[in-house]
Amino acid sequence: MNKLLLNFLFILASSALFAGGINVGDKAEDFRLSNIDGKLVSLGDYKDAKGFVVVFTCNHCPYAKAYQDRLIEIDQKYKKLGFPVIAINSNDDKIVPDDSYAEMIKRAKEKNFTFPYLRDEDQKVVTSYGAERTPHIYLLNKEGNDLIVRYIGAIDDNYKDPGAVSQKYLENAIDALLKGSLPDPSFTKAIGCTIKMNKL
Amino acid sequence: MRFNLFIAVVSLSFLSTSDFIPEIQVLNFKEFEPRLHQYNDTTYIINFWATWCIPCRKELPDFEKINTGYQEKNVKVLLVNLDFPDDLNQSLIPFIQKYDIHSEIVVLDDPDSNFWINQVDSTWNGNIPATLIYNKKYREFIAGIVDYEVLNSILKLKTIKQ
Repeated sequence: MNKLLLNFLFILASSALFAGGINVGDKAEDFRLSNIDGKLVSLGDYKDAKGFVVVFTCNHCPYAKAYQDRLIEIDQKYKKLGFPVIAINSNDDKIVPDDSYAEMIKRAKEKNFTFPYLRDEDQKVVTSYGAERTPHIYLLNKEGNDLIVRYIGAIDDNYKDPGAVSQKYLENAIDALLKGSLPDPSFTKAIGCTIKMNKL
Repeated sequence: MRFNLFIAVVSLSFLSTSDFIPEIQVLNFKEFEPRLHQYNDTTYIINFWATWCIPCRKELPDFEKINTGYQEKNVKVLLVNLDFPDDLNQSLIPFIQKYDIHSEIVVLDDPDSNFWINQVDSTWNGNIPATLIYNKKYREFIAGIVDYEVLNSILKLKTIKQ
């Protein structure tokens, strides 16, 4: 195989993996997914919200788990300011049995999640947003009738030790929106567990 | 920042079925970075992985096969592990022993991933597995899964031959 062909194959493979998805500045779609209490939740239900911290997370990934206490704190701090946390688990439970709906209910109870923990069973939401790993944050801002993505990426710069964080990317981004300005940075990268798609 | 798990490995070794006891370094990015820029007669295959990453586990035997098959041909595999260093005795070390991994392994422990991911390759979004293949005249970064066939065909490319 020559290099051109190889490159082509890689590009093909990566574009198949990362096709679709939304970027900072794009409109985000609302969704309607089952919460762990069996009720359907949609962003449109939150009439008074100024925006949303949509986080793709899961039960099994050590990075995702390491951040769940911090997500509870962020939800408690920012829900009253108009930015509630909405957690979504999109992992295919045929690949990761620990991410089944039943296990989500267990995890949410164990951790006392203060936010909805939604099951994206058919992976439509993860496909529409283009989230790739857990945890992966999409900070949405209500602008007119639209939900606009204003920050994508990590929660902060230290997955291991909340006490050693020097950049609270997500909180800084919400604070910026609350002040009427745009987050900077609006995009960060992080290591995380890839979201397990049923096509792969 | 830098410490050594050799003692931990030795103390576990009597439980192991493998006689091979690797010495594992835990490095921050600054300490690790020179491994991305060694321009000599060797081709380096650097794979970023973790024991919790299912696709990473799947492709590991292929890296092992390359490491063994190309031992005499100036090709070196380096497995850069991203497990949480606090529980290596429960995660990485039993894994190495169970699967009898012989390629060199270092643990990269640097929480500021938003910084160092770009230093590895600006096109990388941070997802693993990811693999960098380079020597002094060739450099290719591959996001996602690879296998023996792909690695082997890259190593046979004219452009990579030194």
